[in-house]
Amino acid sequence: MLLSLITFSPLLGVLLLLFIPSDKAGTIKLIGSVVSFIPLLLAFVTFTQFDAAYNGMQFVQNIHWINIPLTAGIALEFNYSLGVDGLSMPLVLLATIVASMSALASVNMIKKRWKAYFILFFFMQVGLYGVFVAQNLFLFFVFFEVTLITMFLIIGIWGLEKREDAAFTFLLYNGLGSAIMLIAFIALMMNAGEYAVGPNATVYTTDIQTIIYNLTEGTKEFSSYFLYGVFFALLVAFGIKLPMFPFHSWILKVHYQAPPPMSMILSGVLLKIGAYGLFRMEYSFFPEITHSFAMLLVILGIINLLYGAILAFVQTDFKMVVVYSSISHMGIVLMGLGAMNSFGFQGAIFQMVSHGFLSALFFYIVGVIYNRIHTAKLDDLGGMATVMPFTSGILLTGALASLGLPGMSGFVSEFLTFLGVFEKMPVLAAIGTLGIVFTTAYLLRATLKVTFGPTAEKLQSLVDVRSTEMIPMMVLLGFVILIGVYPAIISEPLQTTLQTLLTRIGG
Amino acid sequence: MTDLLHLNWGLLAPELTIVIIATVITVADLVMNDKGDRRVFGWISVIGIIIAIYFTVNQLNNPNGVEYLLNNTYRVDSFGSLFKLIFLVGTGLVFIMAINYIDKKEIKYDGEMYYLLLTALLGAMMMASSADLITLYIGLELLSISSYIMAGMKKNNLKSNEAAYKYVIIGGVSSAIFLYGASYIYGLTGTSNIIEMASRLPNAYHGDYKFYVYLGSFMMLVGLAYKISVVPNYMWAPDVYEGAPTPITAFLSVISKAAGFAIITRIFVTLFVPLVIAVDPKTNQQMTFFSHELALYLAVIAALTMIVGNTMALRQTNVKRLLALSSVAQAGYILVPLATLTVVSVNNIIFYLMAYLLMNIGVFTVVTIVNKDAGTEDIRSFAGLYHRSPLLGVAMTFFLMSLAGLPITAGFIGKFNIFVGALIEDAYWLAGVMLLTSVISYFYYFNIVRQMYMRPGHTEAPLRVAYSLQLVILLTFLGTVLIGLLPNVALDFIANNLNINDMFNLGITK
Repeated sequence: MLLSLITFSPLLGVLLLLFIPSDKAGTIKLIGSVVSFIPLLLAFVTFTQFDAAYNGMQFVQNIHWINIPLTAGIALEFNYSLGVDGLSMPLVLLATIVASMSALASVNMIKKRWKAYFILFFFMQVGLYGVFVAQNLFLFFVFFEVTLITMFLIIGIWGLEKREDAAFTFLLYNGLGSAIMLIAFIALMMNAGEYAVGPNATVYTTDIQTIIYNLTEGTKEFSSYFLYGVFFALLVAFGIKLPMFPFHSWILKVHYQAPPPMSMILSGVLLKIGAYGLFRMEYSFFPEITHSFAMLLVILGIINLLYGAILAFVQTDFKMVVVYSSISHMGIVLMGLGAMNSFGFQGAIFQMVSHGFLSALFFYIVGVIYNRIHTAKLDDLGGMATVMPFTSGILLTGALASLGLPGMSGFVSEFLTFLGVFEKMPVLAAIGTLGIVFTTAYLLRATLKVTFGPTAEKLQSLVDVRSTEMIPMMVLLGFVILIGVYPAIISEPLQTTLQTLLTRIGG
Repeated sequence: MTDLLHLNWGLLAPELTIVIIATVITVADLVMNDKGDRRVFGWISVIGIIIAIYFTVNQLNNPNGVEYLLNNTYRVDSFGSLFKLIFLVGTGLVFIMAINYIDKKEIKYDGEMYYLLLTALLGAMMMASSADLITLYIGLELLSISSYIMAGMKKNNLKSNEAAYKYVIIGGVSSAIFLYGASYIYGLTGTSNIIEMASRLPNAYHGDYKFYVYLGSFMMLVGLAYKISVVPNYMWAPDVYEGAPTPITAFLSVISKAAGFAIITRIFVTLFVPLVIAVDPKTNQQMTFFSHELALYLAVIAALTMIVGNTMALRQTNVKRLLALSSVAQAGYILVPLATLTVVSVNNIIFYLMAYLLMNIGVFTVVTIVNKDAGTEDIRSFAGLYHRSPLLGVAMTFFLMSLAGLPITAGFIGKFNIFVGALIEDAYWLAGVMLLTSVISYFYYFNIVRQMYMRPGHTEAPLRVAYSLQLVILLTFLGTVLIGLLPNVALDFIANNLNINDMFNLGITK
């Protein structure tokens, strides 16, 4: 019940907004930011009640939803089933925190049609939280599509000049990804989703646990076409979302044009769905195949890492630096996933959470700058430390966290990931460490350019952030430091789930 | 043969209701002053249709199963009754649209529109219930001829005239092709009754006449293809849809198309599915297969239709042309379950047609409102719609999402079912085409969304919508979302009321 509340509590905001006339901007913004904190509070409640030692899904809710009869005794069944385990719990927290901070950011950065914006934003939140708690592939798909459509509309209405173009790029790329995902889900359902509900009645379902059971413990033999086909279909589908190297091009356009609060969501939460999907599905459904392709994942991860880092180094726009750094940092997640051991997995999850906070922070800071001077070109920036000391301080700290300074979340995740990869593939790990060097180079280049040096002309008259603008920075950075100082907050709830997963894939 | 007077006329209650209303309106139209307000005809028709719906619902769940009339030419079975429900509900909604649409300056003799809609509806209902090629053809022509006239209703509008003219010619040619094909099958079996044909056709097929069986069936399908506007006979659709008055366009795209699917489904399921009979060597039982050649032919047509419809729609700027090609593509989706026949194919077709009815009537109602306000059919007339009338914009968004097959809409569930059916039959390539073209379709459906939300309109003034049209939009919107969220409402209704064996049973002759 708690999970349903988290997922659907944003709808309360929609309900309230329906009764507010669209010209009452103040009230709308108030509702927009306050209601976004309800899921956050509920997520914290869930977290405190979360039993780290329990093996399996918690807070489970399972309600009959759709039943499509095929013939006598055979039916398709899709239940409304929710649950969290050690893997999804941190991500639910991440999603609620980033979303509420994004709502706060929207108050200052969205300049028109607030009512429609917040209504769409609330619907998107339903999708965001739902994706991480859905325990049924069909339900997962529905939530996934909700984020797709709402994001399309928000980018298309509130983005920068080329917003429509960006919105359509987003829609078609991700639409294709979800179409591939749907094929994979249906194939899974028809081949591995069956279970008997009576002597003469069989039901085909998309329930994740049933599919895992049939695929890994059941007696049925599966053709290798099916196994490999679905494996690669899911790899492409989630690879597009992640974004994995050959499928990353959409993100360049979309991120640049998206309004800053949506960039926060996009890189802070939506990209994580890709990694989460890989982790939740590929690893549980196809432990052996995944194991045999571990090397591929690590290589793809290194490509992402290096490609993103090198291109980030030559960007002339601060926002593009952040976009490429996103691609680069998601590479570390892939590497960690490919390591196939406890360190690697922990590293990947830490990186998902850490990068979620950090990229949201960066996009927020870029947004703050853009909001003031309507450019984020590195040539136009410079010397921000004198006029906006607070923001510059946060930016520098964030950059240090991002390049892996100990004591902050980036260090924990990179350390664990590389430790894991070194154990299995030392050569690849050595190549991967180059990425850390590059990361340092591009991050320092960009942040130093922005903060130090003579104050640029355009920046002369700037004032630093107001108190309401400070909150998202402080909260996001606060979590970055918290995880850096006390990583057990994530790793502890994770252990039981990871151990189960590891025994299954035999890592 | 039974005496006409001893027929069980009660079985024809829905049809007779429509006949009576049509007759009354025709006479009243003659008597009435030329300047008189004929909108009342529309409301009378709506009431008549509601009564007919009541009769049809009573006929579902008939304890007697299938019932026959007029020497096995007319049958009342669950398949036909479900289709009749679709026609009746759809036409009822079209009537409400038409009442608000008609402008005396454009359509001088507006009384005609009402009774022609009714006769067209009658034709569609006859098609759904006919068990004989003769009655089937009469129903088909009744529907077609009424449609030809309605397409040309705007007598001073060049495009409307062009539409009617094109429609007549293509319709006529198609009818001829259909009849020519049917004549082969008749020649091979010596009967025009579909069910008797079905029992005799395998002999011809297994004898030396395989070629003629295929020739006849191909020609019948090509002839009928124009009613559902699929390849190779879809070219008329954009022109006719553009030229015809918008409510008539809605009628053609929903009811006329559903009627086409009713007879194609009936002919193919009854006539051609039991065509290939083999004996299982183990159990010595007869088994029937769906002929691979015919399945492949349908699959190719479905794939081509989806590709052509969706890609051609990409470049349209006229909303009605765009929707015409979208409805071509939709027909392609609905053909997929026929090409990949499973036990639930007919359920899937009916479910999708129900969803299609809701979303397409909804879309056309919004189009009527917007185009009338803007005075143009250009896609830009939708610019800023969301800001002028948020609820209309939201409803339209859901209709378009449903057409595109995105979740929490009826269209998604319908497409999902069809898709699963195709995969069960291992038609991976067809499922692939379906999914890929669906993604392509996002582009043009969301192009309208782009206009509604992202482009500034020429005005921000609120759009006034007549109450009756609000009702149509509300009903179709609620239906689309409700079936999308709780599809079992519709799925169970169809499963409980459709007995697929009805299609093969001779039933009781009354």
